[in-house]
Amino acid sequence: MRTAEAFRMALEALRTNRLRSALTMLGVIIGVSAVVVLVAVGTGAKNAVESEIAGLGSNIILVVPGRLGVGALPTQSRLDLSDVAYVRRVVGDPGKVTVSVNSGETVRVGRAEAFVTVVGTDENLPNIFDRPLRRGRYLSETDVDTRRRVAVLGSEVAEKLFGDVDPVGRQATISGARFRVVGVYEAVGATFGVARDQEIHVPVTTAQRLLGVTRINGIAVGASGPDQIEPLQQRVVDALAERYPGERFSAVTQTQLLGTIGTVLGMLTGVLAAIAGISLLVGGVGVSNIMLVSVRERTREIGLRKALGARQRDVLAQFLIEAVLLTTIGGVTGILLGVGGALLIAALSPVPAAITWWSLALAFGVSVAVGVFFGVAPARRAGRLDPVVALRAE
Amino acid sequence: MIRGERPGREAPAFEAVGLTRSYQLEGIAVDALRGVDLRIGPGESVAIVGPSGSGKSTLMHLLGCLDRPTSGTLRVNGTDVSTLSDTELAELRNRAVGFVFQSFHLLARTPAIDNVALPLIYRGVPRAERRERARAALESVGLGHRLGHRPSQMSGGEQQRVAIARALVGDPRVVLADEPTGNLDSRNGAEVMAILERLNAERGVAIVLVTHEPEVAARARRQIHVRDGLIELDSGTAGGSEEPGGSRTGGPGGGEGGSRTEAGEAE
Ligand SMILES: Nc1ncnc2c1ncn2[C@@H]1O[C@H](COP(=O)(O)OP(=O)(O)OP(=O)(O)O)[C@@H](O)[C@H]1O
Ligand SMILES: [Mg+2]
Repeated sequence: MRTAEAFRMALEALRTNRLRSALTMLGVIIGVSAVVVLVAVGTGAKNAVESEIAGLGSNIILVVPGRLGVGALPTQSRLDLSDVAYVRRVVGDPGKVTVSVNSGETVRVGRAEAFVTVVGTDENLPNIFDRPLRRGRYLSETDVDTRRRVAVLGSEVAEKLFGDVDPVGRQATISGARFRVVGVYEAVGATFGVARDQEIHVPVTTAQRLLGVTRINGIAVGASGPDQIEPLQQRVVDALAERYPGERFSAVTQTQLLGTIGTVLGMLTGVLAAIAGISLLVGGVGVSNIMLVSVRERTREIGLRKALGARQRDVLAQFLIEAVLLTTIGGVTGILLGVGGALLIAALSPVPAAITWWSLALAFGVSVAVGVFFGVAPARRAGRLDPVVALRAE
Repeated sequence: MIRGERPGREAPAFEAVGLTRSYQLEGIAVDALRGVDLRIGPGESVAIVGPSGSGKSTLMHLLGCLDRPTSGTLRVNGTDVSTLSDTELAELRNRAVGFVFQSFHLLARTPAIDNVALPLIYRGVPRAERRERARAALESVGLGHRLGHRPSQMSGGEQQRVAIARALVGDPRVVLADEPTGNLDSRNGAEVMAILERLNAERGVAIVLVTHEPEVAARARRQIHVRDGLIELDSGTAGGSEEPGGSRTGGPGGGEGGSRTEAGEAE
């Protein structure tokens, strides 16, 4: 009864000062909606990256020259096909090792033209990566050995260059050289911003000649099971280090990538949310300030209420509830705006957003807590006012 | 409609012995009350008069439990207020007394009926019953047609009548009115006084009012003259109230001893 009454009084007071209440809430609204949007975008980005990595295939180890880490500069590759053969011997299962050499090139089919990533690879690629075919066939060992000018197209490339026509058996011109399309991949989406559906796979030997290089960009090794990943990874890195003393090689697994990216994105999200959280605190200070003003303005009202029998705790409750209502209404509005904003961002931009219930519950809880924390001091001041002094106030 | 007999109904509404109240003003003690002995019984009608700054409001605040005496004892309805916690004091003030102020003190943006119902909120009375009692109280002061009006939509006299209804709604034994007609013209002032007198006569509610207007004071059955924080003259209870004019003229210069004697006689 008393509590319901205090709520009614508080709502009444907020309604009386609509504009001021709204402006006071604004700080909380901005803070909460910023937190909600940032957490949603951060979580969405993390989820997207993780599912991309998981979609690559299973138990993959990527071997690259140099040191791999966030912010590390790409290293000039010194690996070539003989190193691939060497790794094959080390791994002992040649079918589970594949290679890549990449370059951005222009492809032409009749009038149609597209800028694509040409990837030189070999027949083992489908043994390691999940790259289901839609039509035709994969690259074969013979293709690689005889440097055939054949190509397997990513789904988007196929669509762009051939439209509804089946590309298999047709010609495409890559950097002036004619290739025959032998297969088309299913759509697989992007990984690390690499649009894999915009790739064209050609035999690694053909690619090297086309690009005029002998290097390769990286080696991928497929382990036979999750427990084989780590020993295999170590074996490959050690073997390469032995072959090239004094040089560094890195091998990363999906789990490591997941872990690293998860940590980085988590930290980023945390930092951004903390910055947004500071604005929530500032909003709380605003609430405190306005409540102090309100207590001062309504000193006579407080005196009167006390004269009529309001106890210290009745007055305290009235003002505390007022502060908590300010931040809670602001918080709920902020949550709604934040969710709306996140959905809008997800709909209108490639940035994914994932709204998690815990983040909304937390935002709500924090709004209430901010109200209690910043409302207590003004409310106590109100509760403690001497009725005689308060009644005389002007 | 005199209320049913409650236990303690026969105890004096107020009983003060050696009541003092001093304020600290920048380290200097200002003695607003310097030893007041006073007894006000149920159903009395008392006017407190005296020069400005003599301590009338201070005394009213003490009687109304808005403030605590610096020394001396005060019993309200038989309860020694010094034994009460702040919370208990608030509860006592809520039930035992009704206040009427010179400047009305209504919540500006709140309709009359809700202004009147305010004391009942702090007594935990359910909303429906509050509104019903507030409506009845407003009707009893002739404002049954102004339930939804806000103070700004009413005349000063009407506002003061709303304040009287608010003082009554909790069914107190005493209404304390500090210069209730001070902000009103004579016609509205007379109307407010008529209502207070009717309450006193019909319901047996004791009325204690402070006033600067001799004609208002003369209408009370008992006059208490305050000067420099002391009761200078008390026309006394029942018997003394028969000739209020005489008591008033005998007033000035009575001093400390006089007031003590008067209080002593009252007991
Ligand atoms: N809060 C206070 N702090 C300091 N002194 C005070 C305070 N309240 C009252 N006083 C002093 O106490 C004395 C009595 O004040 P009080 O208000 O009771 O007078 P009053 O008889 O009601 O006067 P008036 O007729 O002008 O209303 C005055 O001298 C006043 O200055
Ligand atoms: Mg006064």
